[in-house]
Amino acid sequence: MKQRARHITILQILLFTVLAVITLFPLYAIVLASLKPTTELFRFGLNVRWDLPRMSFDNYVYLFTGQEGYFRWFTNSLFITLIQTTLTLFVSCFVGYGFAMYNFKGKNLIFAGVLIVMMIPLEIILLPLFRLMLGIGLVDTYVGIILPFIAQALPIFFFRQYISGLPHDFLDAGRVDGCSEYGIFFRIMVPLTTPSFAAMGILVGMNSWNGFLWPLIVLRTQSKLTLPLGLASMLSPYGNNYAVLIAGSVFAIIPILTLFFIFQKYFIEGMTAGGVKG
Amino acid sequence: MNKMPFYKRFIYNQKLAPYVFTAPFVITFLVFFLYPVISSIIMTFQNILPGRVEFIGLENYRRLNDPIFFKALGLNLRYTLWTLAILIPVPMLLAVLLNNKHMRAKNFFRSTLFIPALTSVVVAGTIFRLMYGELPGALMNQIIGLVGLKPIKWLRLADYAMIPLLSLAVWRWTGVNILYFLAGLQNIPPEMYEAANIDGANPWQVFRHLILPMLKPTTIYVITISIYGGMAMFTESYMLWGGNRSPNNIGTTIVGYLYRKGFEENNMGYGNTIGVVLLLIVLVVNLLQLLANGFFRKEKDA
Repeated sequence: MKQRARHITILQILLFTVLAVITLFPLYAIVLASLKPTTELFRFGLNVRWDLPRMSFDNYVYLFTGQEGYFRWFTNSLFITLIQTTLTLFVSCFVGYGFAMYNFKGKNLIFAGVLIVMMIPLEIILLPLFRLMLGIGLVDTYVGIILPFIAQALPIFFFRQYISGLPHDFLDAGRVDGCSEYGIFFRIMVPLTTPSFAAMGILVGMNSWNGFLWPLIVLRTQSKLTLPLGLASMLSPYGNNYAVLIAGSVFAIIPILTLFFIFQKYFIEGMTAGGVKG
Repeated sequence: MNKMPFYKRFIYNQKLAPYVFTAPFVITFLVFFLYPVISSIIMTFQNILPGRVEFIGLENYRRLNDPIFFKALGLNLRYTLWTLAILIPVPMLLAVLLNNKHMRAKNFFRSTLFIPALTSVVVAGTIFRLMYGELPGALMNQIIGLVGLKPIKWLRLADYAMIPLLSLAVWRWTGVNILYFLAGLQNIPPEMYEAANIDGANPWQVFRHLILPMLKPTTIYVITISIYGGMAMFTESYMLWGGNRSPNNIGTTIVGYLYRKGFEENNMGYGNTIGVVLLLIVLVVNLLQLLANGFFRKEKDA
């Protein structure tokens, strides 16, 4: 019986090793391609041949010296991600606290709104939302990208759950000590919820860093583009700029991958936040 | 109490506080969600020209009898069905295997399979676009060459279009769905496995009668987000085909067609009609799915 269990374990490890190799293979292929002259791609297509004498970091050097403005897109994305994540976390925590700590008229109705937003694809309101942005002059601005999604449903839902699980006593304790309703939130609640900010921050931050469709619609000026938009603009009918596209893609994964290795636990918490006990 | 200055009365008012706390959501909901949804529905009955709007009744809905719209609808439907058929059972099984107490290096494998989810669709799409290049030397053609198959023009032929789309989805989502199922498996107390062992249940019986029912809430969640994601899939196609055009519309999605009509051809009325149809499909399919899975019944019991 023991013997058999061991065989099965070995088979399992073998299976997962094969899957891990398959999973990493496309990344390996793109990293390898990023080190070769782009003419290789035009002649042979993406391949995994090693060709040491012709391999170099030239494409990466070109990323930051070329005319396409890669560095600009990178800093644009970084800026938007930081602002959007900070604001969304703060606003969602604020709203989640309201739902978790108070009973009030209309609470269920408002909360139904949160659930509806979670269930309806954003894609269907693209056109009217764009018209609205046009009407209030927010097209081609970062405010236009960030503002409509400042109070996101999933983080609100998450913070409501999280704060509901905390003891309610401090609310009364704070009132007795003369704290205002908002003082209680800022001085007592925010420090208590900080641990849960990490997981949500990663989820919101990743969506923001990788966001595509909405920025595609809002932004117009080439120098304002985010990293995913800039990269996608390298695919053009007049020939693709593979040096920027490939090296730029690899370079775009690096910040997220680095954060992932440092904060793995929070990534996994953040990703499964929606799935736990509906 | 009335002696207090106004702002003090305001910040100490317990009745008012919850409305202030939830106000950011209520405002964004009304302005950036409800208003667009309603104006979207209104626009489906209109023909919108620069400076002139005319009411045209159901004409936009009649226009839906359009071969390209049906092609796009078919693509998203097939894509959704395939992702459901692959991305539910496979990750579930892998999660069960990974959760096995004899399994080694669990965290390593879990993290490795999750890595593709960190890449944006733009980056992943670029990689897959190149992998499925049409040159004989491109990666996928080399791989099928190993078993003696001739090179294929993956992104040009309708018969093959689903393969790059699906492999991209499987690559990016397997690790995420494994995480969901692993989280669900943690809700099964170890005593239940022991009890099943004592009763002499074989692994299949344990899976069928213990694991599967316990994973039901997670499964319903994963099905719901898969339907949503599958029907609204757009960026994957945009990246694989390098823009919103594909040969013979083999890669055109519902959202891509909405984008084309609304933004590229400036036909807001018809574009919104496509959006409203998409909304109805997602809502109806998900409601049916939730009903079939007894989601609402269970809520009542609990």
